[in-house]
Amino acid sequence: MSKDIKVSDLLKIAGNSYGSRLLVGTGKYQDFAQTRAAIDASGAEIVTVAIRRTNIGQNAGEPSLLDFLPPDQFTYLPNTAGCYSAEDAVRTLRLARELLDGHKLVKLEVLGDPNTLYPNMIETIAAAKVLVKDGFDVMVYCSDDPIIAKQLEEIGCCAVMPLASLIGSGMGILNPWNLQIIIANAQIPVLVDAGVGTASDASIAMELGCQGVLMNTAIAAAGDPVRMAGAMKKAVEAGREAFLAGRMPKKLYSASPSSPTAGLIA
Amino acid sequence: MQLIINGKPRSFDPSSFSVADLVRELNLEGKRLAIECNGEIVPRSQFLEVMLVEGDQLEIVGAVGGG
Repeated sequence: MSKDIKVSDLLKIAGNSYGSRLLVGTGKYQDFAQTRAAIDASGAEIVTVAIRRTNIGQNAGEPSLLDFLPPDQFTYLPNTAGCYSAEDAVRTLRLARELLDGHKLVKLEVLGDPNTLYPNMIETIAAAKVLVKDGFDVMVYCSDDPIIAKQLEEIGCCAVMPLASLIGSGMGILNPWNLQIIIANAQIPVLVDAGVGTASDASIAMELGCQGVLMNTAIAAAGDPVRMAGAMKKAVEAGREAFLAGRMPKKLYSASPSSPTAGLIA
Repeated sequence: MQLIINGKPRSFDPSSFSVADLVRELNLEGKRLAIECNGEIVPRSQFLEVMLVEGDQLEIVGAVGGG
């Protein structure tokens, strides 16, 4: 029975369906083989990539990320990491679209500060408007401000991705209340992006009602990244199942024991 | 001619050649990449036709690991 639920419980983004609700980054791994092993263990179908200048002096035979993660086996989510203006972000994603043969699904992030990597939402909104108009399906990294999240939805983004805590911090979900408001107000998928540190953080995000979780450092910087990738897969699935099942209400204490009150030995 | 490629000047013998020639010259044939010339994307389908001249600024990018 639970299997039936899993089959029908797909993540839907911009008209496409995905079996996995865990999206993963491809940065910070030891090598491409470890990247691939971790992604396989995570079960992720959507993987983020960055767009960077090609190394011109490069040996022609040198392996690339794409050799290990063939674009026909994964859904690439090119990002705008490192962009601090709307203009740079738009330019980067137009290059990504050309690079990936017209691919429309992108992750927009415009940073505001190199120390915290906190998003600049004014620039993010400006970029989102241009990209949506230009035909992109925009998954947008954002602050956990419910008003901003709603505005991004109204602009036409296909998913909003508020931070749980700062990028790469591993601090977990610092403001579950804001995330709940964002989720309650949204008609598009809400995914937590950034800040997840360990499996329980991913479960909490899913229990709150997030449609998915995007992470990179929590897996790549773990002692055993491949094992942590497997843990995150289970955590996202467990959190989703718990959300669908509906948790019991919290009570300070209960006068309702789990065992029968009758039949006690005298 | 001199071209600025990914922020660095590079000299080439011909006074003009196509983007396709440049890709071959840089040993990047067969690589998945995207190219911008003076801020405008050059679609792959136009690599043979678009001619480069002295001072053109090119960005040549690819996909790398990232989060």
